[in-house]
Amino acid sequence: MSKFKKKKGGEIPAVNTASLPDIVFMLLFFFMVVTVLREDNLLVQQKIPKGDQVEKLKKDRSVFVYAGKPSPRYQDKYGKEGKIQIGDKYTDITQLSPALTELRSKLRPELQSKVMVALKVDEDTNTGLVTDIKQELRELQMYKIIYITSPGNQIEN
Amino acid sequence: MARRATPEVNAGSMADIAFLLLIFFLVTTTIEKDKGIARQLPPIEEIENPPIIKQKNLFIVNVNRDDQLLVEDDLMDLKDLRQAAIDFIDNGGAPAGSPEHCNYCKGKRLPDSSDNPDKAVISVQNDRKTSYKMYIAVQNELVAAYNFLRNRESQRLYGWDFTVMKKGIDDGDITGSRADDIEEKLQNIQKLIPLKLSEAEPKKSGS
Repeated sequence: MSKFKKKKGGEIPAVNTASLPDIVFMLLFFFMVVTVLREDNLLVQQKIPKGDQVEKLKKDRSVFVYAGKPSPRYQDKYGKEGKIQIGDKYTDITQLSPALTELRSKLRPELQSKVMVALKVDEDTNTGLVTDIKQELRELQMYKIIYITSPGNQIEN
Repeated sequence: MARRATPEVNAGSMADIAFLLLIFFLVTTTIEKDKGIARQLPPIEEIENPPIIKQKNLFIVNVNRDDQLLVEDDLMDLKDLRQAAIDFIDNGGAPAGSPEHCNYCKGKRLPDSSDNPDKAVISVQNDRKTSYKMYIAVQNELVAAYNFLRNRESQRLYGWDFTVMKKGIDDGDITGSRADDIEEKLQNIQKLIPLKLSEAEPKKSGS
């Protein structure tokens, strides 16, 4: 009888989720742009010591050397002594120079002479191990090294 | 009459697909944040007739296997090391008028400490059993001492901080002729306060 239809009972309209994919894609692109693929699978513990007198690492000309105790899940097999890791595997100190030479040859040719060795060493490692690495580097004539540190200062805490 | 509407493609699962990708990238990637203390290793060949360094120009920092610090034969806390190093480098003990005289040093000019920053050598001796944490802490403090003095000199001469400008050049924020100009000034400062850190071969751990 009435000309106007009675409004449907107070149902709340569904929230429109059509723009949700756009939002998620935006996030996705953000992360794709700001991140780089993890290159090495870590086999050693890496609690990096703190330092504040730092310089930036030039990634295009650096090769990484990791050192430290084997990670907990590898400790049964490899013990708790400090070990060196290059690429994806443990490397003995005698195998250091072929491994590093190979890594260096993967850099861009014009940067190979400017190669920088980034030492990522766990803070509980003995300095002796690092000294051995440095001695090898001197024999390889890779004189530029950088001790990777995490931000902070050891005195303040 | 009946107009058949084309059925809309269901985009409801689009968000799920995107989330899946997003989580994949979150997990497999790390944000680049590597920074560190850069150092130049000495060449391996033996130098014939190594220059003799006077005892007073040598600042010996000794770290033992228990991470204790012995500076010039005195036990020292890590927090005092920076100031001690600054005092040593900046001492300027050479008398006025001699060729070694340092006219920009602001130290105490003690006759038994370093002649000038160019002569001053800091020697770090480690035990093989010293922890890497302590080693980096000591290196950090010594570099901090040099940076403090370099900043002071560049403030005095050019009115800016050495470390700030060096970072600007390294990051590529400063380019062109300005960069060349600053590069030259940076080298000037490095000549005034050269980084002379020597590392002795670590001693075998005394068991």
